[in-house]
Amino acid sequence: MIINHPLLGPRDAQEFTFLGSASLIDRPDWQAEDALEQFSDYTYLRNDTGGENRELWFHEAGDRSWLVVTRNTFTHEITNVEMASDVARARGRSK
Amino acid sequence: MHDLKPITPLWGTVAQVDNIGGMRISECPDWALASVASRRGKEDAAAAAAAKFLGFDLPDVARCATKEPFAAFWMGPHQWMIEAPHDTHEDLAAQVTAAVGENASVTEQTDGWVRFDLEGPHCHSVLELLCNANTRAMDQGAALRTQLAHLGCFLICRKTGTHFSVIGPRSSAGSLRNALITAVKSAT
Amino acid sequence: MTYTNRADGSQINQPTARAQTGAHSGKTQVNRLAGGQIDQQSSINFSFDGKQYQGHPGDTLASALLANNVRLMARSFKYHRPRGVLTSDSAEPNALVELRTGARQEPNTRATTAELFDGLVAKSQNRSPSLKYDFMAINDRFSNFLTAGFYYKTFMWPVSFWEKIYEPIIRKAAGLGSLSLEEDPDEYDKGFLHCDLLVVGGGPSGLSAALTAGRAGAQVILADEDYLFGGRLNGETFGIGEQSGQDWVAATVAELHSLPNVRCMSRTTVNGAYDHGIYSAVERVSDHLPVPPEGKPRQILWRIYSKRTLLCAGAIERPIAFENNDRPGIMLASAMRDYANRWAVTAAHKVAIFTNNDDGHRTAVDLIAKGVKVAAVIDTRADAPRIADCELLAGAQVIDTSGRLGLKFIKVRLADGSERSIECGALGVSGGWNPNVHMTCHQRGRPIWNEQISAFVPGEDSIPGMTVAGAANGDFSTAAALETGSAQAVAALGDLGIKTSKIDLPQAEDAPVNIQPFWHVRHGKGRAWLDQQNDVTVKDVKLAHQENYRSVEHLKRYTTLGMATDQGKTSNMGGLAIMAELTGQSIPETGTTIFRPPYSPVAMGTWGGRARGKDFHPVRETPSHKWALENGASFVEVGNWLRVQWFSQPGETHWRESVDREVRAVRASVGVCDVTTLGKIDIQGTDAAPFLNTVYANAFAKLAVGKTRYGLMLREDGNAMDDGTTARLSEHHFVMTTTTANAVEVYRHMEFVRQCLFPDMDVQLISTTEAWAQYAVAGPNSRKLLQKIVDPEFDLSNEGFEFMACREITVCGGLRARLFRISFSGELAYEIAVPTRYGDALFRRIMEAGKEFDVVAYGTEALGVMRIEKGHAAGNELNGTITALNLGMGRMVSKKKDSIGSTMSEREGMNLPDALNMVGFKPVNSADKVTAGGHLMTKGTPVDAEHDQGYVTSACYSPILNSSIGLGFLKDGANRMGEIVSLVSPVTNLNVDVEVVNPQFVDPEGVRVRA
Repeated sequence: MIINHPLLGPRDAQEFTFLGSASLIDRPDWQAEDALEQFSDYTYLRNDTGGENRELWFHEAGDRSWLVVTRNTFTHEITNVEMASDVARARGRSK
Repeated sequence: MHDLKPITPLWGTVAQVDNIGGMRISECPDWALASVASRRGKEDAAAAAAAKFLGFDLPDVARCATKEPFAAFWMGPHQWMIEAPHDTHEDLAAQVTAAVGENASVTEQTDGWVRFDLEGPHCHSVLELLCNANTRAMDQGAALRTQLAHLGCFLICRKTGTHFSVIGPRSSAGSLRNALITAVKSAT
Repeated sequence: MTYTNRADGSQINQPTARAQTGAHSGKTQVNRLAGGQIDQQSSINFSFDGKQYQGHPGDTLASALLANNVRLMARSFKYHRPRGVLTSDSAEPNALVELRTGARQEPNTRATTAELFDGLVAKSQNRSPSLKYDFMAINDRFSNFLTAGFYYKTFMWPVSFWEKIYEPIIRKAAGLGSLSLEEDPDEYDKGFLHCDLLVVGGGPSGLSAALTAGRAGAQVILADEDYLFGGRLNGETFGIGEQSGQDWVAATVAELHSLPNVRCMSRTTVNGAYDHGIYSAVERVSDHLPVPPEGKPRQILWRIYSKRTLLCAGAIERPIAFENNDRPGIMLASAMRDYANRWAVTAAHKVAIFTNNDDGHRTAVDLIAKGVKVAAVIDTRADAPRIADCELLAGAQVIDTSGRLGLKFIKVRLADGSERSIECGALGVSGGWNPNVHMTCHQRGRPIWNEQISAFVPGEDSIPGMTVAGAANGDFSTAAALETGSAQAVAALGDLGIKTSKIDLPQAEDAPVNIQPFWHVRHGKGRAWLDQQNDVTVKDVKLAHQENYRSVEHLKRYTTLGMATDQGKTSNMGGLAIMAELTGQSIPETGTTIFRPPYSPVAMGTWGGRARGKDFHPVRETPSHKWALENGASFVEVGNWLRVQWFSQPGETHWRESVDREVRAVRASVGVCDVTTLGKIDIQGTDAAPFLNTVYANAFAKLAVGKTRYGLMLREDGNAMDDGTTARLSEHHFVMTTTTANAVEVYRHMEFVRQCLFPDMDVQLISTTEAWAQYAVAGPNSRKLLQKIVDPEFDLSNEGFEFMACREITVCGGLRARLFRISFSGELAYEIAVPTRYGDALFRRIMEAGKEFDVVAYGTEALGVMRIEKGHAAGNELNGTITALNLGMGRMVSKKKDSIGSTMSEREGMNLPDALNMVGFKPVNSADKVTAGGHLMTKGTPVDAEHDQGYVTSACYSPILNSSIGLGFLKDGANRMGEIVSLVSPVTNLNVDVEVVNPQFVDPEGVRVRA
């Protein structure tokens, strides 16, 4: 596969390490009332849906950026690639 | 002055040079390296301080900029590697730290790496047996990180088509040289 | 349009009489004709089954054997039937041979693609004692029992017979060639190429496409599996424009070679289409040479990154099934034409043609032109046109053949039902052409049926970025191939924003397809072969249908039709057509099987490339490597690192002697160990301290500058991920160490935390693992030794540099260095680091300076013994299921802050009263051993999983305690000190009594480290 890196352009997926769902960005608040329950869901529960998925890939043999890759798991078509730090900020993870 | 004798990454007292098939592979131990990464919110100040120290602007994504005695190449977002002659800049990290102050984080990288320069007319044919970089599309000043002979390396085009630097992990210098020589023999 | 019109004015000038062959080959090459794209002026020698023959440069092994009147080349897989060539290319199912000798012997190589070179040694396969007399041909007599599903039905019962009786017999009988069982002496490369347009196949459509794109300035790769470009034009006689087909090819290839933006790759099979424009290709660099030139690879596996791809793979002719249609001499009509035109060879002096379409007649015309006698053209069509100047039997069918080791007669049923026997040594068969859709199926694309040509053509958009031109797309005429090749190239470049237009195309043959589908001859009870590679007959397909295997996929697996090296290139269509007939459905309703990569077989060595033997992975050498080599070191691979296990001294005959000596010396005086391999991560930024507070479970924010602290890193699920020490060099600057094995994962994890979880923290990370040579100096005399190394202005006294202190210092008269007072051994100890280029010199200096203290260098075994003696957890303990609580560090997990894994550590299940605790073990009987991996049972309880109390993770012999000792995890272990438990392993009959003890065997109060 080819991942179109937002900064570097098309790069072979072999250069990347796959982690899993981009939902891992949404780490719960440790001080929430039901923090333990939230963390359990965060750690273990995933929607196992085929088709379009948002995934975390690390450009290990490249610039060491974490990316959020929107990929269709049926066709492998990649429709969007974003810097994970931008996604994290957009999802309210700024300090 | 201390009295410890340095050795090159290939365990020599002098740099190793191999001339094969019209190509030259040379070990280049005479370069000091320091990484510089701008602090959050201090990106502009860091860039300005670095530019003042270097005499040129830090390069853009996937580029290398050079003006003697320095060169600098992009490593990742907000992070660059600075090169300078080891003889005159063994304390490069300290010099850069002094220049950028609290605007950037500087780390000595000199001996983390081995640099091999590949020179000659067959650079593309050699490199296409080693890494997936599209070297034919790399002009002078192009710099990228790639997997070369299973090793994460920086590949820098010093002169379009005829001179590339491969900067790889120092501990694997022997394996990297072996891969370069094998590829040169195969391609030339 | 008739053939005569087509050929008019465009045919190569060929003598019509059989050739006066060259002096070199006159005697043996009785089937050699004149002309051809071979060098008849020079001869080369080769052998087949020990007999010497001659051929010419440009021959394949198959063409040279046919020239020497050798039709019998192989025995079939199952029934050991005598077989010859069916094709002239890589689709060949029959003529598989062993090439070369010794370590270079390669089985199952197609004689049809093997280029002849001087001295080539080839052998037939799957026969004993010889190709002509094969004992296993007895199988053919029992064919009634060896039908489809035979294995499934026969070797099932009794079950106990399988391993001892059935399997060895089947293994011996199965397979074709044999391996040399020697190491492959050749080398293989892998490489990477980039292009705008990849053109797969160098026939008329491919050449036209490459020329169009090449002239437009695009980066083009043109690849063809053959050693000549031209595709079918090499086997045809018609011209292109004013030129012969071959001259047009030569001129086109010459122009392509002159364009710097076009890479022409012959002998290169593009064999797989992967995601996003990635293709694999095998270039056979040296297979046509006796041995590869020095330093050159035998083959290169290319990974091609293409923006657009044009598949110009042509078409493959399909046979017609009839009784005994597998005799040597019976081949595809196109192959017969190729052999005559390209290689100037005929399989026999008198041949016949069996066809259901006009194209078959072309073979007759060409062979007659070459001076070969064509006995008859047998055409299944009642209204077959008369094209060749020979007898035409319209509406007739070949119903049987004879000739034990090669074709002698064919039996023909004429239109009126009468039968006639015709003598001929070769028969060309044409059942029409299948577009070569192979690669369009690599991403599950399904071909679609085209009624007009009675064949499957590629489905729309079966591979994103790939289009298809020429015969591969069902456009069979040469004119259409040239036209679509150029047009598709223009369209593909248009997608990329490169504007260009079609090139001026020369006039070329433009015959319409004229075919009447015909798959197999209905006659008698004899066997009609569909898949010659797997010995599958029409009857087998009927049997499969009768036994209810009706989907195409089931048919394929039950009968093995279409499997093995040729992947059914010549047989799938026939099997499908017969299945359709049996089910009363149309062919498209019946479906089609699809193809997987690789297109043609790939040698194992090619997949491996350079990564084999000592080059399997790169080696990482520590800064003391050279000294270690000079001093009797034994090495162990830790990841890619070569670490010293122990140093053998003269007189030491067993590794334990060396390790025991090293341990005793360290605990008695001082020792040095290279710990450069530990991961080192430089952490800086104004948020570096809170960042560490997040990635470590224990508190770091208040660590003083100049101090080092042990850190435990958890995964989010609360299990331990890694541990190490982190030093605070200044307010905003830390250096972390990780375990050697986890350095990469820890760095990746920290970047995840930094970029994905806390994107606005001001923290910067970079690895410095090998920038610093780092040595542990351990033992009661370590301070005294280091005082001789460290420059005098730095106070190393216990007060001036206390336990867990760190500092940037200078050594040996001013070299910058780092010093940490940390201990893994439990002794007074330090780690000292200098820039790696000085590492070798520093190690030697330390050994020199330590002579007065009898300093030793020690390896990972002694390191391991001492950390077990001290009760320090390591990789064996951090096994992915272990929590801080298990390690006895439960209270270290700070509840006052948010760190990775802290919340999940509070789960009930991880805090049960009988949770595992790390404890030490000593054998009750001092002669017994503690064995890592053994499980623990409470005395007197049954030895089973239900009563499992824990397990031992690390064990060693302690030369200090003179006993075997171990570390491990025991339920509620902290409260079971002194208890005797059973250490068991039912698999190895281990059962010894061990005592539960404090894991800190040595200096539990920690006096020594603070001395």
